[in-house]
Amino acid sequence: MAALNSPLRVCRGILKELRILKGPQYKQTMAYNYILQQFRKNQVTGERYCRAQREALHASGTYLCLLSSSRHHLALHNLYHAKGERSTEEAAGLVGLQLPTQPGGKGWEK
Amino acid sequence: MLRSLVALHCRLGQTVAFSQRHLIQRQQSLVSDLQKARCYGMATTERKKFYEDVSISQGEGGLYEINLDRRKLKTPKGKLFTVPNEALAIAVATEWDAQKDTLKFYTMHMTTLCNTALDNPTQRDKDQIITAALKYLETDTICYRVDEPPGLVELQQVEWDPVMDWIEKRYNVVIGSSSSIMGPQIPEKTKETFRQHLNSYNFWALTGLEYVITQLKSVILTFGMIDRYLTVEQAVLLSRLEEEYQIQHWGNVEWAHDYDMYELRARTAAGTLFVHLASESSTVKRKLLQD
Repeated sequence: MAALNSPLRVCRGILKELRILKGPQYKQTMAYNYILQQFRKNQVTGERYCRAQREALHASGTYLCLLSSSRHHLALHNLYHAKGERSTEEAAGLVGLQLPTQPGGKGWEK
Repeated sequence: MLRSLVALHCRLGQTVAFSQRHLIQRQQSLVSDLQKARCYGMATTERKKFYEDVSISQGEGGLYEINLDRRKLKTPKGKLFTVPNEALAIAVATEWDAQKDTLKFYTMHMTTLCNTALDNPTQRDKDQIITAALKYLETDTICYRVDEPPGLVELQQVEWDPVMDWIEKRYNVVIGSSSSIMGPQIPEKTKETFRQHLNSYNFWALTGLEYVITQLKSVILTFGMIDRYLTVEQAVLLSRLEEEYQIQHWGNVEWAHDYDMYELRARTAAGTLFVHLASESSTVKRKLLQD
């Protein structure tokens, strides 16, 4: 089983984010080729300590975090903040409250 | 008598004209300042996507440029947008390529950081940036501890103390923590060590460093991440430790807590990557061909 931050996992994570961003043609992007090239270049055989590889792994993990966090942030932004100011009713509904109805007011009788 | 009066009048007239010209110049510079501020304010607004194809090319001096269709990308101040290496150029190009119908500048953190480094909108030099960044050390998030509730006190000890130990060993400095409102007394020697260390970074990397420090409100966590002791996720969690503790008690609100966390993660990750890529100097040395 791949470790939580194994290079393979990070690599696949980044490629997945690129696919979400670009759709089926993600394999033609510059980023796709660059990422694969970098991961191949930093492959080492055997379990020896390699400083450059560790640095590359940290950088790739950081990039994965950037891509996935931006995606999540944008999704939440579109869901909650993109439409501008909410009506009083909507704002109340957001925290599970209802506006009081007015006894004797407009529309009360019907 | 009359002549001297005329002469005086002339001189006065000149000074008036001079001061008027001076005033107009100042007004003009104020207007251009406002324009500059406005083009940076653009970052929060959206714009229609005006290009299809994004590519990078290597221009003069080995710097990389971004091309949107046939046009070259420029900074908000109108400079040519150039970055020092391919990885950074690809990261920026990917951001532009990922935009759908409208350009959402608030999601393009790498582009924003490059623009800041290129334009330097606040007109600061390295020393000023270092001083501003080090100000955060005096009020560093992980130096301030609470006295109560006991759960949070323990959480802060368990989570923050290892990072504190690490940085004190790594840089051979004394920082310490405190639960008083004044914070810990940080020795001058510590500040001097960090100042020298920061000074070893170039201007671009410093721009990124200051950005991360202001996001995390912590110099210590930032160094932890730049030195690859912490991942972005860990650093963001440690920076928001009290908030996370309160969430465990009172529940998570997606449109506030998660929204903030993902934004902070994205910004921190962008800043960290920016520092690493900007201070990178990997050159490929080829062996000479032997006949």
